[in-house]
Amino acid sequence: MSKNNSEYLINRKDNQYEVVIGLEVHAQVLSESKLFSTSSTKFGAEPNTQVSLVDAAFPGMLPVINEFCVKQAIKTGIGLNAKINKRSVFDRKNYFYADLPQGYQISQFKDPIVGEGKVILDMPNGQKEVGIERLHLEQDAGKSIHDLDPQNTFVDLNRSGVALMEIVSKPDLRSPDEVNSYIKKLRSIMRYLGTCDGNMQEGSLRADVNVSVRPKGSKEFGTRCEIKNVNSIKFMQMAIEYEANRQVDLIEEGKIIDQETRLFDTKKNETRSMRSKEDAHDYRYFPDPDLLPLEVSEKFIEELKNDIPELPDDKKKRFIDEFKLSSYEANILVSDIDIAKYFEEVVAKMGKNKDIKLAVNWITGELFAVLNSKNLEISQSPVSAKNFAILINLIKNGTISGKIAKTVFELMIKGDKDPQKIVEEKGLKQQSDPKALEALIDKIINDNREKAVEYKQGKEKLFGFFVGQAMKASGGKANPQLINEILKKKL
Amino acid sequence: MTDITKQSLSELVKNIKNKKLSSKEVTKAYIDRSEKSKELNTYITENYSSALEMAEKFDQKPNLDLKLPGIPMAVKDLFCTNNIRTTAGSKILNNFIPTYESTVTQNIWNEGAILLGKLNCDEFAMGSSNETSFFGNVQNPIDKNLVPGGSSGGSAAAVAGQLTPITIGTDTGGSIRQPASFTGTVGLKPTYGSCSRYGIVAFASSLDQAGPMAQSVRDCALLQEVISSYDPKDSTSIDFKRNEYSKELTNNIKGKKIGIPKEYRIDGMPKEIEDLWQKGIQYVKDCGAEIVDISLPHTSYALPAYYIVAPAEASSNLARYDGVKYGFRAKGENLIDMYEKTRSEGFGTEVQRRIMIGTYVLSSGYYDAYYLKAQKVRKLIKNDFDEAYKKVDAILTPSTPSSAFKIGEKTDDPVSMYLNDIFTVPVNLAGLPGISIPAGHDTNGYPLGLQIIGKAFDEQNVLNIAYAIEEKINFKNKITDWWIK
Repeated sequence: MSKNNSEYLINRKDNQYEVVIGLEVHAQVLSESKLFSTSSTKFGAEPNTQVSLVDAAFPGMLPVINEFCVKQAIKTGIGLNAKINKRSVFDRKNYFYADLPQGYQISQFKDPIVGEGKVILDMPNGQKEVGIERLHLEQDAGKSIHDLDPQNTFVDLNRSGVALMEIVSKPDLRSPDEVNSYIKKLRSIMRYLGTCDGNMQEGSLRADVNVSVRPKGSKEFGTRCEIKNVNSIKFMQMAIEYEANRQVDLIEEGKIIDQETRLFDTKKNETRSMRSKEDAHDYRYFPDPDLLPLEVSEKFIEELKNDIPELPDDKKKRFIDEFKLSSYEANILVSDIDIAKYFEEVVAKMGKNKDIKLAVNWITGELFAVLNSKNLEISQSPVSAKNFAILINLIKNGTISGKIAKTVFELMIKGDKDPQKIVEEKGLKQQSDPKALEALIDKIINDNREKAVEYKQGKEKLFGFFVGQAMKASGGKANPQLINEILKKKL
Repeated sequence: MTDITKQSLSELVKNIKNKKLSSKEVTKAYIDRSEKSKELNTYITENYSSALEMAEKFDQKPNLDLKLPGIPMAVKDLFCTNNIRTTAGSKILNNFIPTYESTVTQNIWNEGAILLGKLNCDEFAMGSSNETSFFGNVQNPIDKNLVPGGSSGGSAAAVAGQLTPITIGTDTGGSIRQPASFTGTVGLKPTYGSCSRYGIVAFASSLDQAGPMAQSVRDCALLQEVISSYDPKDSTSIDFKRNEYSKELTNNIKGKKIGIPKEYRIDGMPKEIEDLWQKGIQYVKDCGAEIVDISLPHTSYALPAYYIVAPAEASSNLARYDGVKYGFRAKGENLIDMYEKTRSEGFGTEVQRRIMIGTYVLSSGYYDAYYLKAQKVRKLIKNDFDEAYKKVDAILTPSTPSSAFKIGEKTDDPVSMYLNDIFTVPVNLAGLPGISIPAGHDTNGYPLGLQIIGKAFDEQNVLNIAYAIEEKINFKNKITDWWIK
């Protein structure tokens, strides 16, 4: 594996291969009810408790489009800088399976609701644009459960009919890192928009991964394999790594790569053939005669555009311009809408005399460390943005030192207390009275005459010793800057 | 008072409103006659005792403001009825009891009508003779061993045989109009989008439309008024201003322009059909309407296009009958085996034939040549009508190319069976309203029908023209009650 110039290449003897990846991401639309019925979409309900007659495909039942899901798809399209198609068509994708009650999935085949768009990735070596081919709406299937009974398969239709957005990228991705970045960016955009919660554990976001390889520099695409239904970024990366190497090995052995659908076995960390091109389903797509073509007006789209919040790319730009943050810092803060929200609330609560840089350091340092160790999302932060802002201000105005702030922060975690109160109650206020500190330092110099002499003779390292003694004597509350100044004067 | 079952719907409604008849008396009369008419095999499921109870209940507290006050009626077994078995004429739904009601039947019950039972039909409405029903063929009350037409054969036979005062059918390619023509009754296929498809077992979604069947145009108009409604539960339902068809019914069609399409004069059409058509033209002229020769140039492509589009949609619509969720399930070694056995045993041959055709025309590599081309033809046929309606208000044609045929006569020849739909199919493809009214008899004394095709949403005009012709013709159906011992 070579990572020269951050390029992801697979090396064999004298040959180098480039990996070409395209993703079909299935993102569950954030919506109370399903795409064509009024059943709830709530996750984790008892099996078959969120199933309407439409979802279970009873005779004579008809789909009726959920307008909210249409709006969500269009908003997502806007977020992907994509063309919104004013006319789109729902098609039937026909196949038999026990968890597909209608015997077909309602999807969009020829005329999707959203056309071409693009997403910008921030990679270590600069920005990268990934093309979006299309976004279409479709129904999810139910769930077949094979492991509850040795003889029977159970079917749970709670998911049946839930709205999904299939977001198809162009084959623009070139490495597992780019895939990681792409998925995170998509997830981030959709969470900003409130169109998908991006929860991969609950299956709200999963992807089919198309992988092919070609000799470095070649313009033609190799034969691709599609790895179905991978539900974590880590697995996607592992699957790509395995699959790309498998394909390169085949080429090196002079063998042919079959275009096929493969499965990723997460336990064995390998992809396995599911079905070949010859065995591919003939889905017999045709426009669903139960649904009229979906037509949306310019006005409808414009109204949704007005509803679009500031998205990560714009927010990042503003953070850099307005708060003078580095690109790196801005990236971290805008990567997730809840982090950005928290940060902006902290900024707002800090008032006029604010130290944004300090706030950023504390968020990405202390706060993230706590969240990580407790496995919490920032939305579940034990310290509110308001109290966090107060803490930063206490450091900024010299009420407490950075070191004391850490002690205060630890106490805050235990009950989101106002840091001001903690400081008062525990008497942690920083000693910044020069006279009191001078007296304290005089005493220390007196008590350590010999060391003071050594310092004067050139043993400069001892300066730290005196700082330490002074801090110790003040119970850590002494203003370290003042201590420094006084010591320099006195020694 | 005349025999109850010989009365028209309008008479029955009047007599119940005047308290000359109770709902129970009327209901009982139809049940008694239905009981004596088992040989016709019109009913798949009887609802007699429950109907009587409901009639009694109605009589105790009669709401006489309703349009169908305490009127008993049987309906085609393609409409899902809450708690009452709904089979679509198929083994695969032999045991299926819906927990919901179709919008069309709900509209009927809301106006005070009472369900007598579910009427026989071709399996999944696929057929032109009612011979594809899992529950056996239906006898035409006109003559023994004569088919009543299809797919709403049970409905047509029940109306003609006076086992129900009125009924509803569904029409995908002629399934209301052709059996109406074969049984000497009136049947209206409304504009696509007029009657909700919610709760009707689907055959071909873009063509299916429910409609009224009755002994007279006036009865048909009243029932159409009841069943037609905008329904948000059907995305293809259309919100347009619906007339009070029976109230606004008039025989004054003076000055109306009636088109006669030359392409309906097909090769090999029996002379008696041509004569009937000429008679119809004369009647229309007598009513003061103007006859205009028109052309519908793509007519000959309608039938092939229909037999691509309808099976294509059917093949997908019927995929849900897989033995997993409801209905008949055969035992199988595994999922695929269960599917194959369930569907092989559960569906009859005609349904299987159409699923095969539909699957074929939709399959990759054939889609463009068949399905897409058929859709283009469909558009051309619609354009033909649009063009014609710039010159005329309605179009007059025969309903069918022949009178009713014998049971078994065409069962081995599907193409000859399909040819029966030649005059009715273009109307479905164009989504227009069309009515068949009885207009004469052939040499055997079998009834023959004329079809009036209207502009979209112009049911009132179609009914008015039919009403005017009906008055002129003074048709009498020759029902001998041969089946009653």
